[in-house]
Amino acid sequence: MENSLRPKGHSLGRYALRRLLLLIPVLFGVTLLTYGLMFLSPSDPVEMLLQAQGIPVSPEVVSAMRVRMGLDRPFLEQYFAWLWRFLRGDMGVSLIDGEPVWLMLKSAIPRTLLLTASSVLVTVVLSVPLGVLTAVRQNRFSDYLIRFLSFLGNAMPSFLLSLLLLYLFALRLGLLPVLAGGSVKGLILPTLALALPMSGRYIRQVRAAILEQLGKRYVAGAISRGVRARTVLIRSVLRNAMTTILTLISLSVGSLLGGTAAVERIFAWRGMGYMVMDAIFMRDYPVIQAFVVWMTILYVVINLLTDLSYALFDPRARKGLGVRS
Amino acid sequence: MTRDKRFARWRLIILLALAALLGILCLLAPRLVPNDPYKVDLLQAKQPPGAQFPFGTDGFGRCVFSRILVGARVSIFSALAVVGITLVIGCVIGTLCGYFGGAVDTVFMRLVDIFLAFPGMVLALAVAGMLGTGLGNAVIALVATGWPQYARLARSFVLTLREENFVYAARLNGQSTWSILLRHILPNALRPLIVTASLSIGGTILGLSGLSFLGLGAQPPAVEWGSMLSDGRGLMQQAPWIVFYPGLAIFITVVLFNLLGDSVRDVLDPADAFHIFRKVKALRHRKGIPTL
Repeated sequence: MENSLRPKGHSLGRYALRRLLLLIPVLFGVTLLTYGLMFLSPSDPVEMLLQAQGIPVSPEVVSAMRVRMGLDRPFLEQYFAWLWRFLRGDMGVSLIDGEPVWLMLKSAIPRTLLLTASSVLVTVVLSVPLGVLTAVRQNRFSDYLIRFLSFLGNAMPSFLLSLLLLYLFALRLGLLPVLAGGSVKGLILPTLALALPMSGRYIRQVRAAILEQLGKRYVAGAISRGVRARTVLIRSVLRNAMTTILTLISLSVGSLLGGTAAVERIFAWRGMGYMVMDAIFMRDYPVIQAFVVWMTILYVVINLLTDLSYALFDPRARKGLGVRS
Repeated sequence: MTRDKRFARWRLIILLALAALLGILCLLAPRLVPNDPYKVDLLQAKQPPGAQFPFGTDGFGRCVFSRILVGARVSIFSALAVVGITLVIGCVIGTLCGYFGGAVDTVFMRLVDIFLAFPGMVLALAVAGMLGTGLGNAVIALVATGWPQYARLARSFVLTLREENFVYAARLNGQSTWSILLRHILPNALRPLIVTASLSIGGTILGLSGLSFLGLGAQPPAVEWGSMLSDGRGLMQQAPWIVFYPGLAIFITVVLFNLLGDSVRDVLDPADAFHIFRKVKALRHRKGIPTL
């Protein structure tokens, strides 16, 4: 019989395990959808492959190739064969130059992760302190100024900002290289181009979260007991606003995965976005599929980690998630 | 009406008027252009802004100002189309799922889970990339990324509305399911959805021009702001105006629609979405009419 005195819910480990198991059907759907997209495409992968290899396209050659690639089989059979190979780490070869897709990923993923990490870092470093500042100095000049600038930043597409920064710092002032080329110095402009518009979006959200906390009774209580404002802000308010900040980080990572494509193209930063754009124009299906599946896996894992960190940081969230404290 | 509310309403009216003005400008653009936006004249290439060409000319000698005017229609109307289509699809699916529940609900909500598992731009790139380049495909790609959010939102509102007394009353009156859905459920669920939609117009313009910038959106000879930027970026050192003015056009338009979205939210604040019913209830209470 259930003991009513036992705390309800599961331990954090069991919660994590359950979430991981729940991911399996979602990832199953994601791969099915990704693989199915290829059949929406107007051009035929076999013809693409043959053209890329310089083999004249005749009906016999096409149908022989189709059998060899297994494309004559029913859709689900093809899908499961593809999924099985994918799970064993075989993502196929590029239709254009026959390079194994995992080799292409191996060089592209770290670059995209580096760019994503630096952009998220700059975004957090900008938007958390500025968000707190605007909240604390609500309706003062600095609040209006930062809010105005963040509003403008929010309307700025990262590709336009890239071009403006490029024009100013690389072409006019000659301070930074035009092409990023993988160097640290080259990382500065693409990072700013991605981080500034995102900061614009998140300063407002941090401000709202902090303002909400500042209106709570515990703040007035602590201040009236003589606790210094700075201590309340750092010890209590920021801690309580932590959930917002964590959400913000995971959201920004989500928008950067894939969202870096234009900036990577402009600065010739050969990451995943650069790679997938080449693949799209060449209709290189295995590369596109690998890109979509890996980016989604990354995103799903980051979302999971965010949810787990809520439970770790916030006792209230533990209750909501059904995790025992 | 309080002063704040009146101010918010006036702001919304002014912004709506500005947006309408922009819309009219788009429609009249082919008549307003000072020069032929498609005419290639290499002798006039890369002319700086001047009397004949207010924003200069691009690498093919085409008038940048005229192209921005003509491109406005593609950039703005296709973004509005994306928002409209996602709103309708999300509303229909979300409302049906929320009201009827059952197997259809389960299937669609799992589908929503799967769609939301993709990072937004990744799905848009994949769909646009697989379908091939073209404005229509870019629109489909953004609709594919946008609808799940609306479906989920609509469903959550319908789930609570379904249990409201006025819905029970309508059912007891013998109204048909469709009439309940259209007359009672949808109008009440629509408000927060319209707020979400109007807040997303600016972002959609950015997304669409981003896809065009990457070469996945409108194809030549169609003119679009994002692809104008992309065409001009090689010439940025010699002729920065080719990039600067279309960029400014995107920026100003997005600022306008973001302001409009904020203003719509302020006026139709979803926080008191049910305020009409509360008012009616309060009125009935005051007059001693028993509430349902």
